[in-house]
Order: sequence, then C-alpha cells, then structure tokens
Amino acid sequence: METILAYSIIGGILFGFFYALLGLGLNLVFGVLKMVNLAHGDFVMLGAYGAYVAYSTSHINPLITILVEIVAFGIVGMALYYGIVPRLLKSHDPEMLSLILFFGVSQAIEALATFAFGQNTQTMNPNVFGNHPLVIFGQQFQTAWWVSVLVSAVALALLYLFLYRSKLGRATRAVMGNREETAASGINVNRVSTIAFGIGLALAGIAGALTPFMLGGIYTTMGVGITVTSFAIIVIGALGNPLGTIIGGIVYGVAQFLMQSYLPSWSAMAPFVLLLIILLVRPGGILGKGARYA
Amino acid sequence: MLKRLGSMGLPLVVLVLIFAVGPYTVFNNPATLFEMMAFLALAQGINVLYGFTGYLPFGYVGFFGAGAYGASVVVLKLHFPILLAILAGGVIAVLISVILLPMLRLSGAYFAIGSLAAAEIVYNVVANPNLQSVTNGPYGINLAPVFNATLSYWLMLVLVLVAVTFVIWLRHSSFGFSLLALRDDPVSAGMAGVNIVRTRTLAWLASAFIAGLAGAIYAWHISVFYPGTMFDLNISIFAIVFTLFGGRATVWGPIIGTVVLYGLYNWIGFSTPQYFQLVYGLLIVGLVLFLPNGVMSLIGRRRKSRHAERKGAVMNV
Repeated sequence: METILAYSIIGGILFGFFYALLGLGLNLVFGVLKMVNLAHGDFVMLGAYGAYVAYSTSHINPLITILVEIVAFGIVGMALYYGIVPRLLKSHDPEMLSLILFFGVSQAIEALATFAFGQNTQTMNPNVFGNHPLVIFGQQFQTAWWVSVLVSAVALALLYLFLYRSKLGRATRAVMGNREETAASGINVNRVSTIAFGIGLALAGIAGALTPFMLGGIYTTMGVGITVTSFAIIVIGALGNPLGTIIGGIVYGVAQFLMQSYLPSWSAMAPFVLLLIILLVRPGGILGKGARYA
Repeated sequence: MLKRLGSMGLPLVVLVLIFAVGPYTVFNNPATLFEMMAFLALAQGINVLYGFTGYLPFGYVGFFGAGAYGASVVVLKLHFPILLAILAGGVIAVLISVILLPMLRLSGAYFAIGSLAAAEIVYNVVANPNLQSVTNGPYGINLAPVFNATLSYWLMLVLVLVAVTFVIWLRHSSFGFSLLALRDDPVSAGMAGVNIVRTRTLAWLASAFIAGLAGAIYAWHISVFYPGTMFDLNISIFAIVFTLFGGRATVWGPIIGTVVLYGLYNWIGFSTPQYFQLVYGLLIVGLVLFLPNGVMSLIGRRRKSRHAERKGAVMNV
C-alpha cells in the first residue's frame, strides 16, 4: 500500500515536469497575446510524429529530432503569427474569434496529419535511450521516463533564463503585463509577440517529441485531448504566469498518478474534472492574483 | 402587420416545403433529410446560446448525448412510452445544464473549454464500464423494440419548427433584445434594467433543452448506437460551423448554413471524413478572417449600401 503511494507521488512529481512543459507553450502564447491557441495539442501531436517518423525510418535519436523541431516549429510559429494574428487583433472581438480560428487550424492539422500518418496508433521503442533505469527511494523508473523528465527540466530552466535574465525576455514579460503600456514605452510589441509565439510552438514541439515515451501510443486525433489537458495544467497554475505552470504540472501529475493507482477506471476523466473544479472554484489558479483576463 | 407576420413565418414555410413535401417530390432521401434536420435543430440551439449570449459551447454535444442516453434509459429500464421518454431526454439535458449553471460565471475561452470538459465528463460517465447495468457502458444501446422511422422523422421536423419559431420570437421580442444587449455590453444592459442572471440562465436552459430533445429523437430514429456516436465532438463542430457560416443571431443564418454546407457534404459524398474535416477547418479560418458575421451579413451589407446609394443620389441632385 505504502509503496503504491510513494510510487504515485514520486512518479507524479517527475511526470509533473513533462506536464509543465506541455502547458508552457500554451501559457506563453496566452500570456503575450491573451489568446488560447486551441491548435496547441495538434502541434504537440505533430512533434510526436516527427520523432516517431525520424526514428522508425532512419533511426534518428529523438534528442536530435528535438533540436530540429525547435527550429522548425519556431519558424512555423512565427509565420503563423504573421499570417493570422495582426489581422485578428484588428477585429471587433479578437478573443472569441481567435478561439474559433485556432479551432479551425486544429481541425485542418488533424485532417492533414491523418492523411499523412494514417489512423493507427503508433508506439515507439522505450529503449531508444538504452536501458539504465533510475532508482529513487526504492522505486524504479525506466530510462525513457527520466530522460524525458530531464529534457523537460532543462527546457523549463532555459525558458526561465530567457524570461528573467535576457533583455528580450524582460520585454516579453512586459508585454504579458500590459500590451499598450509596453508599446508606449518604445518596445516593438509585434516583434516580441512573434518571437513568443515561435517559442510557444517550439515548446509544443519538444513536448511532442517526448510524448511517445510519456503518454504511450500516439495517434493523429490526440490533439484536442492534449489541448484540454494543457489548458487544465495552466489554469491550475495560473494563466499568463510561466512559473505557475510548473506548479500546475506537478499538481496535475500527482493527481493523475493517484487516480491511476486507486481509481483506474475513472482516471480518463480526471483532467476534465480537475479543470472544471479549478475553473469554478479558483479561476485565477493557485498562483493567480484573482484577476481574469479572458 | 400581416405582411410582417408573413415575412416572419417565411422560414417555417420554407422548412416545411423542404422536409415535409421534399421526400414525396424532388428529394426522396429521408435519411439525409433527417440528419439535416437534426443539425438544423442543433445549429439553432447553438444560435440561441452563442448568437444571442456570446457563450460558445464547444461541448454542446454533451447535451445531445445526454438527451439520447436519457431517453434510451427511460425507455429500456423504466418502460416509459417513447414520446414521454423523449421529453424525459430533453429534461435530463436541462437538469445537466442546471448542474452546470455556475459555468455561466466563466467568460470567453474559459467557458468554451470548460464546456468541452463538461461534455467529456458526461461522456466518460455514460461510457464507463462500471455503469453497464444502467447505460450498457461502452457496448451501446439497442432501441429496436420502439423503432419507428416515420414517426421519429416527423417529430424531428416538429422540433426544428419549434426551435426556429423560438429564434423568430427571440429576434422580435424584448427578451431577445435584452439578450443581445447583454452580449454586447453587460454593464449597460444591467443598468438599463435587464436581469442579467435570469436572462442568461433562460437562454442556457432553452439551448440545452433543444439539444436534449434533438439527441433523444435522433437516438429513436437510428435506434442502435454507441456512446462514441452520440458524444462525437464533430457534432458540436458541425453545428458551430453551420451557425457561423450562415450568420449568428439571425433566423436564416443557421438554416442557410446547415442546408448549404450539409447539403454540399452529401452531394459531394466524401469517401473519407478527413477531407470534410480539412475543408471545414479551412472554412472556419477563412470565415473568421474574412466574413466573421456569416453569409447573412453580406445580404445586410448589400441592402445597406443600396440604401446609402439612394441617399447619395438624392444628395447629388
């Protein structure tokens, strides 16, 4: 009994870093643009297929795929921003219309991905990174897990350094705080937002490449579920607050593990229940200031 | 006055012509017409909620599925007569919407994604193997004992006419105007004496009732189904796209959207649903960027510009 509890909590915390990474891209975009990128989960799915195809066709290590995806997704994100967002911001109701628009983008990506990759669920060999299981407090965790957790933690640390130690990062945080005043103080808001959108998608790509190891089988229609999960994670932390997302990820990870250990047949609905409860009880999130932007 | 009533009733006449006379004359395909009617009812339900209040329910299909399963369980387990069971399906959808009433405190994206989560919860409960004795879990429902293709067809037509009449009433009543005022500027509307909570609540319950009844009648018509059929997210998507395409907060918008887009879908007859998903996805993007108020706004715009031209002509003279 106690080992199950210990396993759930340690596993949940480790998974929490991955979940935080999953939500971080969505939260960054939301923080800067006050728009929910409903296609977030579909970019994660594309990242997952990128890693899968690269490995299954030419045995490319997923860690190398991640580096390629960071660049590719970043460029796609910046292009997408330029094509869509300035036009949206000029419309009469950017918040609602962006929601519908990204939903359309999500549907289109899902359809195209199904054409390209088929409808079957794909899995990846968990021994891609070799076989060196990690033992914490007597609990054993397989290699692919702890490598994924490590990659997630590194990505989180790099984002933290970017946001809090670089000039561009400071500008990004300023835009999150107040778009108009930032523009008034001479910062090129459009450039900062473009880069933030690119980074947001790059983070989705990294999380995607780790998905086959963390969430199991990948399939082209998994995007919507991942978007909802990511949304739950960032709402638990705090919308628009990147540090809150880490707390959100860990809370979510532990909750998910406890559900899977003790109530397995109901665990599929855990993210939705958690999301609804948090939305209704504390819409600002754990680190939120009680203010709501959307 | 009579002329006004005539133009108000025109949508009803057109719908009766298509769905009551159509099967016996030009378009003898009741299966397609029935599906089209189901989407018409759902699109009008979305219209009531999204068009008139601004709340966008991605999880609208939750009410549809709840109505379908509610009616089925009442028929199979409690042995109610089918018509009463269908009413019960609608009532169960309303009960769920009452439980979800606190969601109306959420706005924008929070509401949209929250409703999606709510629909997933209803689906997970219905499809859960632990509830097999009640809903038959993931193994589906068989309503063969009460199956009646003709009667369910006509009942769906009645539902569509009722839903359209309701929207016509919204367009012309002070209740509908207070909803629109609330959607555009809740603070001013509240100051002008609109009871914000009550007005929104009524629209929310009405919208859930329409979806519940639609689901119940749909279940009766197809008679054999699985949870995945009734809680398919695409049902929400279709209804939202049809409403957006036609134009929200209008009577004709959802009708035009459903008849044109669903008709097109059946006419082309896609062999793989992904083509359809792709076309709809791109259509949504195009609509938002270039035609956010739907096809009906084009007609309105032309009328306005003609009006302006006439005014201009007078000025030039």
